Amino acid sequence: MKQLLAFVRKEFYHVFRDKKTLLMLFGVPIAQIVLFGFTLTNEIKNSRIVVADYAHDYASQEIIRKIEASRYFEVVKSNMSHDEIEAAFKTGTIKMAVIFPANFYNDLSHLNKAQIQVIADASDPNTATTLTSYLNNIITDYQTQKAQQTKVPYLITPEVKMLYNPELLGAPNFVPGVMALVLMLICAMMTSISIVKEKELGTMEILLVSPIRPFLLIISKVIPYLLVSIINLITILVLSVVLLHLEIKGSLLLLFLESTLFIISSLALGLLISVRAESQMAAMMTSQMSLMLPTMLLTGFMFPIENMPLPMRALSYAFPSHYYYIIVKAVMLEGLGFMAIWKETLILAFITTVLVIINLRSFKIRLA
Amino acid sequence: MRDIAIKADKLTKKFDDFVAVDAITFDVHQGEIFGFVGANGAGKTTAMRILCGLSKPTSGSATVAGFDVYKETERIKRNIGYMSQKFSLYDDLTVMENITFYAGIYGLSDKEIKARGESLLSQLGISHEAKTFVSSLPLGWKQKLAFSVAVIHEPKIVFLDEPTGGVDPVTRRQFWDLIYEAADRGITVFVTTHYMDEAEYCNRLTVMVDGRIDALDTPANLKKQFSVDSMDKVFYQLARAAKRSGD
Repeated sequence: MKQLLAFVRKEFYHVFRDKKTLLMLFGVPIAQIVLFGFTLTNEIKNSRIVVADYAHDYASQEIIRKIEASRYFEVVKSNMSHDEIEAAFKTGTIKMAVIFPANFYNDLSHLNKAQIQVIADASDPNTATTLTSYLNNIITDYQTQKAQQTKVPYLITPEVKMLYNPELLGAPNFVPGVMALVLMLICAMMTSISIVKEKELGTMEILLVSPIRPFLLIISKVIPYLLVSIINLITILVLSVVLLHLEIKGSLLLLFLESTLFIISSLALGLLISVRAESQMAAMMTSQMSLMLPTMLLTGFMFPIENMPLPMRALSYAFPSHYYYIIVKAVMLEGLGFMAIWKETLILAFITTVLVIINLRSFKIRLA
Repeated sequence: MRDIAIKADKLTKKFDDFVAVDAITFDVHQGEIFGFVGANGAGKTTAMRILCGLSKPTSGSATVAGFDVYKETERIKRNIGYMSQKFSLYDDLTVMENITFYAGIYGLSDKEIKARGESLLSQLGISHEAKTFVSSLPLGWKQKLAFSVAVIHEPKIVFLDEPTGGVDPVTRRQFWDLIYEAADRGITVFVTTHYMDEAEYCNRLTVMVDGRIDALDTPANLKKQFSVDSMDKVFYQLARAAKRSGD
């Protein structure tokens, strides 16, 4: 116990005396949250659009009112000709044009279907896609509203292809991803460096010659980062709530317990790299290539896993972050309880256990 | 006859076909300063690593402080101190924090750590530097401090692997004063070196060539045996026959 205390104290000195480490430990999570949070929300609000209403009837008026009421659009009402609309697009003053043809309500009430023409500035495809999907939502909304009043449902088809674009829906989906990313970054990368550093310095030999047990050595390397990671977890959650107005719907305790499990698995991964790597540089590169990138690309928070080819999908199931991402989304965004995520928790716990066992084994082999 | 601190009998270590340590046999007495001299790559460090319990021998037998190097490495570790050629203190810790850490992992109590730490610092004449970061100490001081830390738990044997690399002969001499003090307290000192002035300071020494021990005696007897007037010349006569080049 005395040994452990002496060791842990030393590790804390290492962590808290190195300004670069500190910046990385506490700056990165804040930067990530702010970066992801704000770049993703501000862009699409209050886009200028032109609405040309050739129908000027009951139905078109009602839909236009709805569009105007939306905070996404700033509506300019004007019956522009096609040439005029094109000119407006070219000068960049508008992002989208919505055109109601004549006889809109007539078509709708007699044929039960009508069309709206939507033209979007696709030079920025993401914005175009998002704007059209916003508009689609408004129209679908109108349809459902009418469907309750009439027997035969109206069918309004806007002439754009609806593309659901999960990345651009806003910050909430990113927070779980950022949590996985940041925790992985800190735990794996920093621990992987910390043991290799002792090898490079030559202090590792002294430690191996001393009567301290390998298990103790590993535990005391891990404790400071475990603590830092938990502080980071709190920072991320507070920032998400305060800055991004995200609501944590599920149990906070459950979220913390699951996060701790994930943190331990990441720490184990970092140690695994560290035991094998020969230099700090190698450890850094390995953790970046084999942990960071897969976490970013394969957990599904940037690119949907469903669209990936089978080998990639299979690979993503091997990473702890895959399960953690699902768990956090379920608990934090959907407010689900343990019963909804027990399977993922079990897999995560299994991976963690395997990693810890491999670690203890390989560290002993090193000693022989 | 004094007690035997280290006993090696035909101790051998092979890495695949390469014989790093070739059937070495020797005894080290309690309280003796025993030198391992040899060129780089002669096998000194490998032999020392076996005796410290860091590496398992391929064949032969050895005991350190009475414990077997095959089976009782954990008990060996409790009875030895170790200082390597690579630097063994933490730069980002202060002098006293380094002392506290190393004493702590050997399980000394807070009271012992405080008492021994203070006497160690006053012995080295650096009591005023207790709160200085090790990174800002001169190399000679760091080495002396590293040695004092390596024996802070009063081990039976201390292993020094080329402890004085990179410092001038005067600083080396001061370092050896510390070694003599430790030996006077009954600590056995096992030291590897390739500095011949250091070889002269040992009670007895071996010259290792190509993994074998080619000579073992006191510096005076060795000089007599080879009919030369300095350890340098003894070493050259033996090393000339070496087949391995240094690394």
